[in-house]
Amino acid sequence: MSKIRSDYVRPVDFKHGRVDMSHGGGGRAMAQLIEELFVRAFANEWLAQGNDNAAFSVPAGRMVMATDSHVVSPLEFPGGDIGALAVHGTINDVAMAGARPLYLAASFILEEGLPLATLKRIVDSMARAAHEASVPVVTGDTKVVEQGKGDGIFITTTGIGVVPPGVEISGDRARPGDAILVSGTIGDHGVAIMSLRENLTFETTIRSDTAALHGLVAQMVQAVPTIRCLRDPTRGGLGTTLNEFARQSGVGMLIREASIPVRPEVSAACEFLGLDPLYVANEGKLIAVCPPEDAERLLAAMRTHPHGADSAIIGEIVADPHCFVQMETSFGGRRVVDWLTGEQLPRIC
Amino acid sequence: MCLALPARIVELLPAAEGVIDLGGVRKRISLELVPDARVGDYVIVHVGYALQKLDPAEAERTLGLFAEAGLLDDAEEAA
Amino acid sequence: MKYVDEFRDGALARRIGRRIAAEARSDRSYHLMEFCGGHTHAISRYGIKDLLPDNVKMVHGPGCPVCVLPIGRIDSAIELATRHAVILCTYADTMRVPASNGLSLMRAKARGADIRMVYSAADALRIAQDNPAREVVFFAIGFETTTPPTALVIRQAQALALTNFTVFCNHVLTPAAITHILESPEVRELGIVPLDGFIGPAHVSTVIGSQPYEYFAEEYRRPVVIAGFEPLDVMQAILMLVRQLNEGRAEVENEFTRAVTRTGNERAKALVAEVFELRRSFEWRGLGEVPYSALRIREAYADFDAERRFGVAYRSVADNKACECGAILRGVKKPADCKVFGTVCTPENPIGSCMVSSEGACAAHYTYGRFKDVEVRAA
Repeated sequence: MSKIRSDYVRPVDFKHGRVDMSHGGGGRAMAQLIEELFVRAFANEWLAQGNDNAAFSVPAGRMVMATDSHVVSPLEFPGGDIGALAVHGTINDVAMAGARPLYLAASFILEEGLPLATLKRIVDSMARAAHEASVPVVTGDTKVVEQGKGDGIFITTTGIGVVPPGVEISGDRARPGDAILVSGTIGDHGVAIMSLRENLTFETTIRSDTAALHGLVAQMVQAVPTIRCLRDPTRGGLGTTLNEFARQSGVGMLIREASIPVRPEVSAACEFLGLDPLYVANEGKLIAVCPPEDAERLLAAMRTHPHGADSAIIGEIVADPHCFVQMETSFGGRRVVDWLTGEQLPRIC
Repeated sequence: MCLALPARIVELLPAAEGVIDLGGVRKRISLELVPDARVGDYVIVHVGYALQKLDPAEAERTLGLFAEAGLLDDAEEAA
Repeated sequence: MKYVDEFRDGALARRIGRRIAAEARSDRSYHLMEFCGGHTHAISRYGIKDLLPDNVKMVHGPGCPVCVLPIGRIDSAIELATRHAVILCTYADTMRVPASNGLSLMRAKARGADIRMVYSAADALRIAQDNPAREVVFFAIGFETTTPPTALVIRQAQALALTNFTVFCNHVLTPAAITHILESPEVRELGIVPLDGFIGPAHVSTVIGSQPYEYFAEEYRRPVVIAGFEPLDVMQAILMLVRQLNEGRAEVENEFTRAVTRTGNERAKALVAEVFELRRSFEWRGLGEVPYSALRIREAYADFDAERRFGVAYRSVADNKACECGAILRGVKKPADCKVFGTVCTPENPIGSCMVSSEGACAAHYTYGRFKDVEVRAA
């Protein structure tokens, strides 16, 4: 007779298994998934404790909290996946206040039928991203919805951080004369996604630029504590973020098309797809506004960081009661960079 | 529906299709309407179809016309 | 990008602009109509007006096939998707066009209609092959540029003996529209709308050639210069028109020689002639009924005609009373002349078609140029 270990539990089948309703049921199957996947991947003391919450002390100072939901399709793409986006996105939102991100929470809505192999890849990617950024995922939640009611997986992350004293960064602080900077090439992420959908291929694959920017921000704030505004231009792109700042601060802007860094393949792909790079999503870039006398110093500080190597000064804040964002085109004329209308649909015309 | 782009044919495929390249971006399109197009030719592409071949000699001539306006400009300034 | 970047050179553009200013006679103005949505968009996006002298004025014509699509045809498309539960494949441009009952294709989709955006007619054919149990309708719109691809997919559908694929044909013709404008009372008799010359469409002309425009030049004594798609092409064409008008010529000239010949693409024209025939009349939004201006599918390809298969009845629907799209499309009014422009009617909430398509005169002006209205008013 073979010996059967009394404590044997059949491990989750990550190779061939699929998410089913029991994984969200609150019972043994769910506990096992959480243990073998999430706790193992994120590997930290809070998850190891096994509570529905995480307790920690925080350094004194102003706290910052941010939350982000991710519903991207396809789930995996060149340069990243929904998991990496979820980690980077919230770290970045916290960092845009000038804060040091401390902890993340992650909740998952899984669709019945999602291959566990896919889920594992995504969670492992999240764990890698969190580990590289030194921001642990300390608590979370899992639910399962019936097939057809979810796009594979939706992830919501929430993060907290603390703002160093003396730092006051907010979208309503831009003043006429201030300089506007961008940390690198725009449009990479959105084009990487849309190209997959439209079956475009590239000589050099365009990869999503998804990245955690808190290291870059820390370097920037140290070099120029007088930074007025910071934001990462995700959905809606550079154009939308500039309009947000303009409206929040009650100012206008004048930017120069020729100064805005865009990769040639991204430019060409946008021509093909009928998109305007100004409105295409980015997941690893930021826009900064600072006093004019500090612009060159800030630019230099950004360029020394790997996530800011292609930084550029793209324009300045002007007084304008109508809060128009105007752009000098490479052609020599002037046009408005307006709010994006609805969802950017690829143009044929 | 005027959005159309000049792109270079980099590969011919069966069933009157081909791969074109514009600024490093490649796409598979139909060459049904320009059956005599060859690798290296430039074509105007619209909604997934090549509509017409681009004549490089004429392209150069047109660019020359633009520059001519500039030369006249310089001549007038010099005068 | 070769053959693109060189044609967008700003320094060259300014020089051509100065040349235009030097040659435009100060004792007259020049009213030039561009008849191509792509040109409307290029003029706005590159701020070409900034480079022209004040007496050279650009008038936007009805060159945007989305803008001239009547509400009733969109209603029919929505009906196909909702009542007949087909998979309706459409170019993205039509999704937001406002139709009757506060609907649009986008809103119908939100209510559960199976409406899918495609980049190419071939995508629609593929969807039909992938879904043999469903009826698939391709919502075909566009001028002569887009018509040959539709002809091709109909023939392919026939070769594949597909039984679930049809086309809802709304293809329209450029020369007919130009004639209609030139024949309109405002232009012909009353002289309210001065129209001195035309910038001919770029890509339509690669298909039909330069020959069809010779009629306008002769009959109406107005010069036509066919211009390429890039801003330098447009600038050069304007210069050529100014020269023709100064010299009293009314000819068809071709600036887009790198892609347009006198006869165009014979193969494409033959394909279109095989699959389509002229409709006696077709309603254009803003222009009313225009004779021999649109195409329908021939009897030989009746199996692929959505109108025949689904018995689509057309009901003409009038535009909103406040909407000035009709006048704007004919060049009689400017966007800023419309009472609802920028207030009730915005790209986010379009009342009329000129605002929906990014090439419509109103959308182009709103998106790229309305800050100039404000500057003028503030002065």
